[in-house]
Parts: sequence; C-alpha cells; structure tokens
Amino acid sequence: MAAAGPLVALAIGLVAFVLGLGGVAGNTWTVAVPWLVPLGGLELTLDPLAGLFLALVGGVALPASVFALGSTGRAGRGALAYPVFVASMCVVPLAANTMTFVMAWELMSLASYFLVLHEREERASVRAAWVYAVMTHAGLACLLAGMLLMGAWTGSPRFADWRVAAPALGAAARSVAFVLLAAGFAGKAGVIPLHVWLPLAHPAAPSHVSALMSGVMIKLGVYGLLRAGLDWLGVGPAWWGVAVLLAGTVSSVIGVLYALVDHDLKRLLAFSSIENVGIILIGAGAGMLYHGAGLEGLALLALAAALYHTINHAAFKTLLFLGAGAVVHATGTRNMEGMGGLIKRMPWTAACFLVGSAAIAALPPLNGFVSEWLTFVALLQNTRIAQPILNLTFTLGIAGLALTSGLAMACFVKAFGITFLALPRSDAAARAHEAPPVMRTAMVALAVACVALGLGATLVVPALVSVAGALTGNRTPVAVGDWLTLGVSGGFGTLSTLAIAAALGAALALPLIALRLAGAARGRRPYETWGCGRMLQTSRMEYTATAFADPFRRVFDFFYRPEKRLDIEFHPGARYFVQRIEYANPTRSIFDDWLYRPAIDALRVVARRARAIQSGSANVYLAYILAALILLLVLA
Amino acid sequence: MIAALLIALGQVLVAGAGAPLLVGVVRTLKARLAGRRGPSPWQPYADLRKLLGKEPVVSTTTSWVFRATPYVLVATMLVTALVVPVLVARPALGFAGNIILLMYLFMLGTFILALAGLDSGSAFGGMGASREVAVAALAEPTIIVAVFAVALRAETINLGGIVERLAREPLLAANPAHLLAFVAFFIVMLAETGRLPVDNPATHLELTMIHEAMVLEYSGRYLALVGWASAMRLFVFMTLLANLFVPWGVTSLAEPVPVLLGLLALAGKLAVLAAALAVLETVVAKLRLFRVPELLAGSFALALLSVTAVFLVP
Repeated sequence: MAAAGPLVALAIGLVAFVLGLGGVAGNTWTVAVPWLVPLGGLELTLDPLAGLFLALVGGVALPASVFALGSTGRAGRGALAYPVFVASMCVVPLAANTMTFVMAWELMSLASYFLVLHEREERASVRAAWVYAVMTHAGLACLLAGMLLMGAWTGSPRFADWRVAAPALGAAARSVAFVLLAAGFAGKAGVIPLHVWLPLAHPAAPSHVSALMSGVMIKLGVYGLLRAGLDWLGVGPAWWGVAVLLAGTVSSVIGVLYALVDHDLKRLLAFSSIENVGIILIGAGAGMLYHGAGLEGLALLALAAALYHTINHAAFKTLLFLGAGAVVHATGTRNMEGMGGLIKRMPWTAACFLVGSAAIAALPPLNGFVSEWLTFVALLQNTRIAQPILNLTFTLGIAGLALTSGLAMACFVKAFGITFLALPRSDAAARAHEAPPVMRTAMVALAVACVALGLGATLVVPALVSVAGALTGNRTPVAVGDWLTLGVSGGFGTLSTLAIAAALGAALALPLIALRLAGAARGRRPYETWGCGRMLQTSRMEYTATAFADPFRRVFDFFYRPEKRLDIEFHPGARYFVQRIEYANPTRSIFDDWLYRPAIDALRVVARRARAIQSGSANVYLAYILAALILLLVLA
Repeated sequence: MIAALLIALGQVLVAGAGAPLLVGVVRTLKARLAGRRGPSPWQPYADLRKLLGKEPVVSTTTSWVFRATPYVLVATMLVTALVVPVLVARPALGFAGNIILLMYLFMLGTFILALAGLDSGSAFGGMGASREVAVAALAEPTIIVAVFAVALRAETINLGGIVERLAREPLLAANPAHLLAFVAFFIVMLAETGRLPVDNPATHLELTMIHEAMVLEYSGRYLALVGWASAMRLFVFMTLLANLFVPWGVTSLAEPVPVLLGLLALAGKLAVLAAALAVLETVVAKLRLFRVPELLAGSFALALLSVTAVFLVP
C-alpha cells in the first residue's frame, strides 16, 4: 500500500517524459475543456518550452519515485500528496490560461507544503512548513496581481492573447506586470532575497521530495520568468534583462557562500540550488539583453546555456539529494560532522555522489561544465552591444560566475570529502550500510545521465537552441558545430567533451603503462596515517567541516557576520581545572536581520494599530460592513 | 594527420620532460641569489627516479580516491599540455576547448587532490585541502576576467586564435591594458602553482604550508607522480603566460624548422620568467594566509581595469 504513491508518480513521470520529449521535437498540441474549470476553462498547450519542462518533471520524477520505492519511511504519510505534487508540476508548464495556471501552481505549492510537514512532531519541520506557506502565498499574491492586471489590460485570460496584445500596451504597464510576475516567479525559484523558505523547506521533506523540489519545482519559477520576460510580455526594456542578470549573479554568489559554511548535508544542497538558479538566471538575463538588442544568435546561445544548466542541475541535484537521502537513511543524521568513512561502507552511493559533486563543481567533461562553458561564451561576447553600462553588467556577471564556480568546487570538496572520506566521525557512521538495490538503481541512472549530458553536448545543444528559438520567435537555424565539436558564434569558442574525455582516458592509461615498462616498484605497504608520533589515529584528529570552511568564513566575514560564543565552566575549587567548555561560532543571516525582521516588526506595529477598530461587538462590525458598502456604491 | 599527432606527442614530451628542469632551474637560481651553491638544475629528475623506485606507504584510513588521485592529476596535466600552445599555435587538441577549459582542467586537479588530502584523515591533509581550495576559488574570477580582457582584444577565446592574432598585430600586445592583464595573470599564476608569496614550495613547516600539507601522506611512486604533476602545472602556466602575452616565435606551421625555432623561443621566454620568479621569491616573504585574499583582490582589480579600459577607450 505504501508503494502506491510512488508507483502512480512513476507512471505520471513516464507519460510526462515521453510527451515532453515529443513537445521538444516540435509535436505541439492544445487541449481545451471549457466546462471543467470556472473562469476560462481548462486549457493546456504543449509547445517546445513547455515540452522541455514537462520532460524535466518526468525525468526527475522517474528516479525519485524509484528511490522512494526503496525507502522504508513512514508508510502512508504523503502517499496522496506525492503523486498530486508530481501531477500538478506536470500541468504548470502546460497551462495556457490564467485559471489553469494558478490552480496548478497552488496545487503544487499545497502538495509540497504537506510533504514538507512530513515530520510533523518536529518543531523545525513545522516552522519550515509555515515559512514556506507564507512565502509561497506572498508569491502567489504577486503572480495573481500580475496576471489579473494583464487580463484586464488585454481583455483575455489566455496567454496566447497576451502574446498578441502585449506589444500594444504601454511600457509602464508592461513593466508593472513584469515586476509583479517576476517577483512571484523569483520567489518560487529561490532568488535571493526571496530565498528564505528554501533552505528550511527542502531539507525538511523526505529526500526524494527534496530532489523533486530542488530539481524541478524551483525550475518552474525559472520557466515562468522565461515566459513572462520573453514570451507573454514581448520584448521589454533593457533593465528587465539587467535585473535578471544581476539577481542571478547575487543569488549564485550568496547561495554558494551559504552552502559553503553549512554542515547540514541537505541544507547545503538546498543552498547550492539557490546558487544554480542564479547561474541559470545569469544566462537567462543575458539572453533577454541580447534579444532586446536584436542580437538573436547570441540570445539563442545564452538561453540555450540557461536551459542546459536547468536540465543539468535537475540531473545532478536530484542525484545528490538521493545520495544524501541514502546517507541520512544509513547514519540517521544530516550533520556532516557526524559522518565520514562512508566510502568504504557505501561504495555505490559514494561513487554516485562523487560523480554528482564533480558535475556540480563544473569539472570537465561532465555536464555542469558544458553549461557553464556555454554561459561564459555567451557572456564574453557582450561587446557586440556597444553600451558601457551594459558591458559592465555583463562583466559583473562573468566575475560572479567565475567566483561561484570556484566556491562551488570548494563546497563540494567539503560535501564529498567530509561525508565520505577518512575515518567515521560517529558510531552511527561507523555502522552505516549500503542503500538497498532499488535506491542504488536510481542513483546510478542519474550518474549515467550526468556523464551522458556532458559527453552528448553536441546532440543536446541544437535541440535547446531550437527550443529557445521557438520561445523568442526566431526560426532561422544557428550553427552549433558538428557531432564531435561544439562550435558557437563562428569559431569564437569551440568545445569537444568527447575529445577531452578520450584524451583524459589515454592520459590516465599512459603513466600506468609507462611505470610498468620502466620497472617502477609495485605494491604498497599499508600503514597508519602519520600523526606526529602519536600511536593511534582517531577521527578526532581529522579536519572537520567547520574547520574546512573556516578560511572562507574569515575572508567573507563582512557577509557572514560570525559570532564567537565561548562558555567555560571552571572547577569550583581551583580555576586551573576546566570542567566544561562550550564553543559555538554561528553565522548570522543578514537577510533575516536587515530585511525580514524589520518587515515583520513593521507588520506587527500595523497589526497592533489595526486592533483599535476591532471591538468584538457584532453591531460595530455590521456598521463597518454598511459603511464599506456605501463607500463602494459611491465609488462605483 | 601524422604531423598533428607528432606535434601532440612533442607537446606532451616537452611539457612532461621539461617541467622538472624548469623547477630545477628556479631552485638553482634561488640558491645562487641567496648565496648558496644549490643543487644542479637536473636534481628533480634524480628525485623522481629515486621516488619511482621506492615502495609507497599508504595509510589504511584512505580509500581508492587517494590511490587514484596521482594518476588523475597527471592525466589532467598531460591534457592541458595538449591544449596549450607549447610548440605550435594550434595544437592537436586545441579545437577541443579553449582557455576556459584549461582553467577548469586545473580546477579538476585541485578538486581531486583536495579530496585526497581529506582522505588521509590527518589534520595536515584537511588543512592543506581547505587552504588550497580557498586560494583556487578566490583566484578563479581573476583568471576569467583576465582571459576576458585578452579575448576582447583578440576577438576569440580559442588560444590558437589569440596567439595568432597577437602575433600578427604586435601593437595589440603592447597595449598598456594588456600589460595590466599580464600582471594580474602573473599574480594568479603564483597562487595557482603554489609559489611565494602565497605558498612556499620549499618548506615543510606545517603551519604555513598549503600544497605540501595536502600531499604529506604521499610517498614512493605516488609522491613522484604528484610532484611531477605540480611541476607540469608550473610549466603549463608559465608557457601559457609566455605564449599568450608574448606570442612571438610561436608558429602556425607544423614543419620542423619553425617548430624548433618556436621551441628555442619558448625556452628563452621560460628562462626569463623563471629568473623573474626566482628573484621575486628571493625578495618577498610569504604572506600570512589571511592576507592572500587581499593580494588576489588586487590582481582582480587589475584584470577588471584591463577590461573596462576596452569598454571606455575603444
């Protein structure tokens, strides 16, 4: 019975994946059922962009559901919410009018809310779900406002009609709609500073749900942003693109900075999702700027890079969340300081997690590298727009992306190294066991996908360019190289992951053979790690995750604002004997301190003022209603 | 086809066989500058030979990551030698990637070596790994922005294209903004290859070292491979610096005479850079670890200036 939910989701995922690929291939259709939903009816349209995101939902739901089959969590809980969550995410990219979209969107948020509440006895889970509910509904309010305004201005709730009518609207009106829609979508995508719910909600859910939330749900925010900025509202002023590009830069750098100092494995992955959404938005913003400047070839390149990173992040982040789920399942903790040595106890999980870590750190020849390379190549050609302000924006994006990729490499050295290598740091880690075969299947499939998406770049990029072309309305083919080499912008940059992989393979074999031929000493002597003369090595001598992240904490202390709390309890008889030392070195979130806390305080003050008119007497309330009615009649 | 393969083999041979000599020359020069006789420049070869003949001791704490790392490290360095213009402007694997690929290949090396450092389970390994990735991460923006500055002038990011363009138009290379990018790149090279003032390659003093701490557990043939890879890293970075910013002598033709002339030119340029490095390492002291970010921020500012100069002064 417990398997029913994942099985249904598996079936939905399979259908979505096939249908979505059909859409990417150009097999488009529209279904309209006017009587099913009020105010406009149900209307679904599959176009290439919708197909891509539909395939993405399906492609992540498949391994996540297979993984869920293997987990022996609380049976029954979330059995209904999980398939509803997957199904609603499939409807969002297909929705073709306001009502369909908003209902699917809200269903997706509600289903995931219940999944976040998985451990409902835990205070942290309840708080996470509460913050998530508030933030997602604030986002929904923005979305609804934007969509209703567009509906009022264009006279239609259908997105296809907006597309036709938008160019005739005034620039100010379109900008208002863009700001509202972008705020709503950015909140769902976890763009900083609207990200506060993400690091709370994603880790609280079961791991396969975390994988879906990070892998695809936040991508639907990206989907909405692409639709709003490039499709529904037509070509906007340059500042839309600048705003998206800068928001992406800020999100990527700050997201990875938070990930770097976090030692909760799943929260680290959640922060890293913020970073990757940032990278996607850098590409998307560049695409919007190029599109606005009329450089269609570059716009397609930048958008293809953004879409590629969307797919890649779905692949490796799902893999990493499932790997983290297996680790949490085996050790019973999410704290990395209690892990270590798992590579010997969970070799399959470790190997898959290593592939995912290398992919997310953008190491060649894996998939993360290809999409970051494409983003760089697109950004580096910004001088074809001759406006110094825009060029500087692009340069900021380039520097931010470079810093992000360096920090992400450091972050995943920590994530893999502390979790899986050296000696176990706790008894639970020492007793850990490998994940069951069903879970391993899901992880291995995703690891293979990460490698295939890297090596098959020459097949993926043309498809993505055509999806981007369908979005911007540019049908002229763009050359992106041959089967072996990706060549963009007339030889500005070329890349062949296949050739790199072959060369790396040959170069790996060469020293092995050469050493054999040269007669180097074989075999090795096992011994303990050198411990400065101490006889026994224990896990307490190992570098901890906190220590590993310390250089970063110091370098970026203006941002982390770390605090030092030292609490020493001396022996009552003599101060020379210490009984207990407690040391904590927490970082503070500047977004909580400077943005949300003041906002919540202001809200409280307003609420307290509003209490003055709440007397509790029914007669007074009736008088309010009458007054409001008269006022409305007068206004009308 | 045959010529391209020969060139590719030649590049790998020059980088692989020349790297220990480069390290040896820098050491000898430093010793002379400090008033010592110092070892012969050929000493690194003897060290490698000795280490290769020894049985490695491997900690029981470690996993396969530790044992695979030296090979992966050497492989990444050999591939970089195929991408960088060592002998000719467009080497065999030049089409496979550009300067961005090169930087990410270096990052792959840092990634896997840092993992090996953590795998040993000693505090030294973790300390070295943590510091090494910190320096690498902070150097990354400078590299990319400096590359951007060069690519802006050459209008391509393919290394071969940049070298050919700058060789054709020497005025581009003489641009003061180009010089800024060169200085920025030079500072980053010091950080990425673990030289003074960022890291001291000659010390085994635990508290100051970065790279040496990370590889402390390696011995025997593993240590030989790691040391060889570090030497190649220095060689490839210096070659890049030499041929990218001073592209004279690098040929586009795969014929014996120009290639040999190119090799001689490269040897000359590397000798100058090695001498500069030796002088620099003699006169500066190692920076405190937490002052290194300031140095890197300085180099980033130089690279950024070099880029903005293009936007503002077309």
